[in-house]
Amino acid sequence: MPHDHHDQSPHSLLPSEPALRVKALETILVEKGLIDPAALDAIIDLYERDIGPQIGAGLVARAWVDPHFRTALLTDADKVITELGHGGRQGEHVVVVENTPETHNLVVCTLCSCYPWPLLGIPPGWYKSDSYRARAVREPRAVLAEFGVALAAGTSVRVWDSTAEIRYLVLPMRPEGSAHMDEAALAGLVTRDSMIGTGLPLPVGADK
Amino acid sequence: MTRIHDMGGRFGDGPVPREEDETKTFTADWHGRALALTVAAGALGKWNIDASRHMRECLPPADYASFGYYEKWLAGLANLLVEHGLASADEIAAGRSSGPASDALRARRLDAARVEPALRSGGPSARTSTEDPAFAIGARVRTSRIAANRAQNGGHTRLPAYAAGRVGTIVLCHGAHVFPDSNAHFSGEAPQHLYTVSFAAGDLWHHAESADDEVRLDLWESYLEPA
Repeated sequence: MPHDHHDQSPHSLLPSEPALRVKALETILVEKGLIDPAALDAIIDLYERDIGPQIGAGLVARAWVDPHFRTALLTDADKVITELGHGGRQGEHVVVVENTPETHNLVVCTLCSCYPWPLLGIPPGWYKSDSYRARAVREPRAVLAEFGVALAAGTSVRVWDSTAEIRYLVLPMRPEGSAHMDEAALAGLVTRDSMIGTGLPLPVGADK
Repeated sequence: MTRIHDMGGRFGDGPVPREEDETKTFTADWHGRALALTVAAGALGKWNIDASRHMRECLPPADYASFGYYEKWLAGLANLLVEHGLASADEIAAGRSSGPASDALRARRLDAARVEPALRSGGPSARTSTEDPAFAIGARVRTSRIAANRAQNGGHTRLPAYAAGRVGTIVLCHGAHVFPDSNAHFSGEAPQHLYTVSFAAGDLWHHAESADDEVRLDLWESYLEPA
């Protein structure tokens, strides 16, 4: 008997097991000719293999060794990112914010999960959690402490709540004792969390 | 009153949950599939990112709170498919299609070969505007007293409740961007100037951790008035 579901929101008609919900929606859309299953594989591959925090880490390391690049990145990140071919979905408009001894930057999206995909990949589960979204704006220092980040006295916290299509990337401070390291080695110190602000770069000698 | 997704500043959530292996892009296979399906369905062009966000926000609070992240995406997608006539409720319930989509719609299918170029080009929200920005860097502004969509009751907006009716300072001007409050409801892009506004933590919270801390939000011009 068709049309007996009109009182229910369509999502409640899906199977209870999440993996089966995906299967149901994929089956419907593939049968309708609206989804190419190979395109789904290609999207997953792109974010599992090619687009991830290593891209942001490369930018940070280069900014640490090249003052002109650092200035360009902080002044007009979109231009730099486009020239390097790192633009794309969820990174169409990027602002890079620099940590200093006076200011520590922390990025959150309280309303959903906005995140610079082309530079950091798909956000980790904690970034999308209710707890991070709720607390990062009100008690950023408590959240930082949970992540093991202790700020020096005199450092203020600047939280960026990504409420529009501007995506924020933190440029962390270059670790002490790294003067002898080249760009590639420095990139190995740049963690994903250090570019969100919930972490610091690895100390010299502790490369990933 | 705003919707369940507007949780900035909320109390009671406990520690931020961490994964055992945070290097994995997707912690379950179906997570990646859910994301890919949502991206590929969006490429059909029947809705925009603001409408897609709003559909997730409109989930019943009990579902929003109990669903995992990608479960919210799947629920939002199912509801979008039905709302925009791409699938019927009966098809969603059956997990099978009862017939092919129109030729015109099938022609818009995102094929595997188009995935990388599409994702690497994205969809910028900046627009040219003939209007001059109303505010300059350094201007003091007050946000709307009520965080709500002015045209649609319960509609989409990007002014969080915690920052409503507060005074802050313009620190960045981003030019004109698509206005989500309009675009989410298919009422046109209606671009407006977008600003980053800085608020002292003490102006947002009675018990701010430090008087020197600040929170910055991106806010559209119509959310702001001179202070």
